[in-house]
Amino acid sequence: MSGPADYIFYAAAAVTVGAAILVAILPNILYAAVALLFSFAGVAGLYVLLSADFLAATQVLVYVGGILVLLLFAVFLSNRISDAKITNPTHFRLPAAAICLVLFGVLSYAAVSTPYAVKEGVYLPTTADIGELLMTRYLLPFEVASVLLLAALIGAAFLSRPDRAASVKGDMEEGKR
Amino acid sequence: MEAAALSLMNAVPLLAGVPLWAVTLLLIVAAAAVILVFALTFEGVGSLVLRKVAGDIQARIGPNRVGPNGILQFLADGVKLVLKEDIIPANADRLLFKLAPYFVFVGSFAAFVVVPFGVGLIAADLNIGIYYVMAVTSLVVIGVLLAGWASNNKWALLGGMRAAAQIVSYEIPVGMALIPAVLIAGSLSLQDIVRSQGGLLGIFGWNLFHNPFTFFSFFLYFTAAQAETNQTPFDLPEAESELVSGYNVEYSGIRFGLFFLAEFGDMFIVAALATACFLGGWNVPFFHVGTLPWIWGNLLSLGVFLAKAFTMVLIMMWVRWTLPRLRVDQLMRMSWKYLVPLTFVNLLGVSLWLLVFKGKGIPGMIASLFG
Repeated sequence: MSGPADYIFYAAAAVTVGAAILVAILPNILYAAVALLFSFAGVAGLYVLLSADFLAATQVLVYVGGILVLLLFAVFLSNRISDAKITNPTHFRLPAAAICLVLFGVLSYAAVSTPYAVKEGVYLPTTADIGELLMTRYLLPFEVASVLLLAALIGAAFLSRPDRAASVKGDMEEGKR
Repeated sequence: MEAAALSLMNAVPLLAGVPLWAVTLLLIVAAAAVILVFALTFEGVGSLVLRKVAGDIQARIGPNRVGPNGILQFLADGVKLVLKEDIIPANADRLLFKLAPYFVFVGSFAAFVVVPFGVGLIAADLNIGIYYVMAVTSLVVIGVLLAGWASNNKWALLGGMRAAAQIVSYEIPVGMALIPAVLIAGSLSLQDIVRSQGGLLGIFGWNLFHNPFTFFSFFLYFTAAQAETNQTPFDLPEAESELVSGYNVEYSGIRFGLFFLAEFGDMFIVAALATACFLGGWNVPFFHVGTLPWIWGNLLSLGVFLAKAFTMVLIMMWVRWTLPRLRVDQLMRMSWKYLVPLTFVNLLGVSLWLLVFKGKGIPGMIASLFG
């Protein structure tokens, strides 16, 4: 790889890592959330650079449209919204650094030692292949993941359900998610 | 884009010394500029049409001072928005307050990239077209939430929360209602979806008439999309009578203008997706546009596409000024208890139909009866 693709890779990687560092050190949780948005966008850019179009769009849809929105929602719905300025304090720096180092070692070892199936040259659509593999070869992991999500959904619905005996049944309660 | 850049370099000898990536970049910028001009014009004229339609439906005249019959009103509005003082409230979070309108505008504008305006008129025929639109428009939610919070105003915050809850809820029925078109075309690319509705069946080749389930799913999509773009009867995030103006209440000048433009941009995206996925897109009935010379084929298909899309926009405005607003609980109930299950049943119906009749629609079967 050489030429503009290299520069784009370095730019996307810099955005990803720089924004991730900001997420860790910013004291204001909303600023950290916005930095997280840029980190996600950087990862999506890396996927685009690797011609993984479907993964790039999924990255944006799931992480920006789903997880980040829920994160902001959780912050807004908490009682301490008025003092949201300092909600991201740092604790346990040394153990955290140790865990990060170990994780970094494992991940970088895995990244370097994995024999990747590299396809040189042409850009091909990946959507159909991903769909076929999910429905055939990787059907079991796919279904197990969906069962896990279903369990999480049921758990969330159970926890957030108003106490039937205590609450007055009315329109507003029914409308709550 | 790179293929287009190569053909341009072959056509213009002067460009031979310029590197390929530079020409590609130039083409990308040019395409973005063309789309931006189109989007801004649509949004300007759209705002005038919206007010005129509102006037007609409410039995009053509407804007009539600037230019003959008020047709230059949108220019005056635009100049006003640009020149107006940009006020940032003293207790607002300055950085996020400034950033939020850009998220909303980028999320809305990025979707224009894959709109199939004509047989060869598309900025980028991504093979994940529809999926891409669903992905980039999720930036709008982030912008709206941040705008609501950064304004440090209870109405803005309430509006932002309502908007986010609404958009997240209605994203599911919108996506599910579009999948039938994807199933029939066998592709996520909007150009492929439009092409799959061409041929000799004319308007009966449209996905709208493919089978009863697709007919139904068009209306499901249109209802859910009306809600996803925060239009009345689902305009709770703005709700002038209760929240003043919702998440954008503290904004003025060009930052308000960006929210305003994004709203009209979303309206066009919804209309364009409905046109491309269910109403045959740029296909001219009984006629292959691709066989015409490049320029005429594109002009004709562009005209057909815009005529359909603008009709959809007009219907959205009509609905907007006709129906009263829902309550929050009614809105959520509508999405989770009715639209979501209905779109899933509908998706199952379309899939079964395609399986049983081997991908053929009712008009196709009738046509094959007569040879």
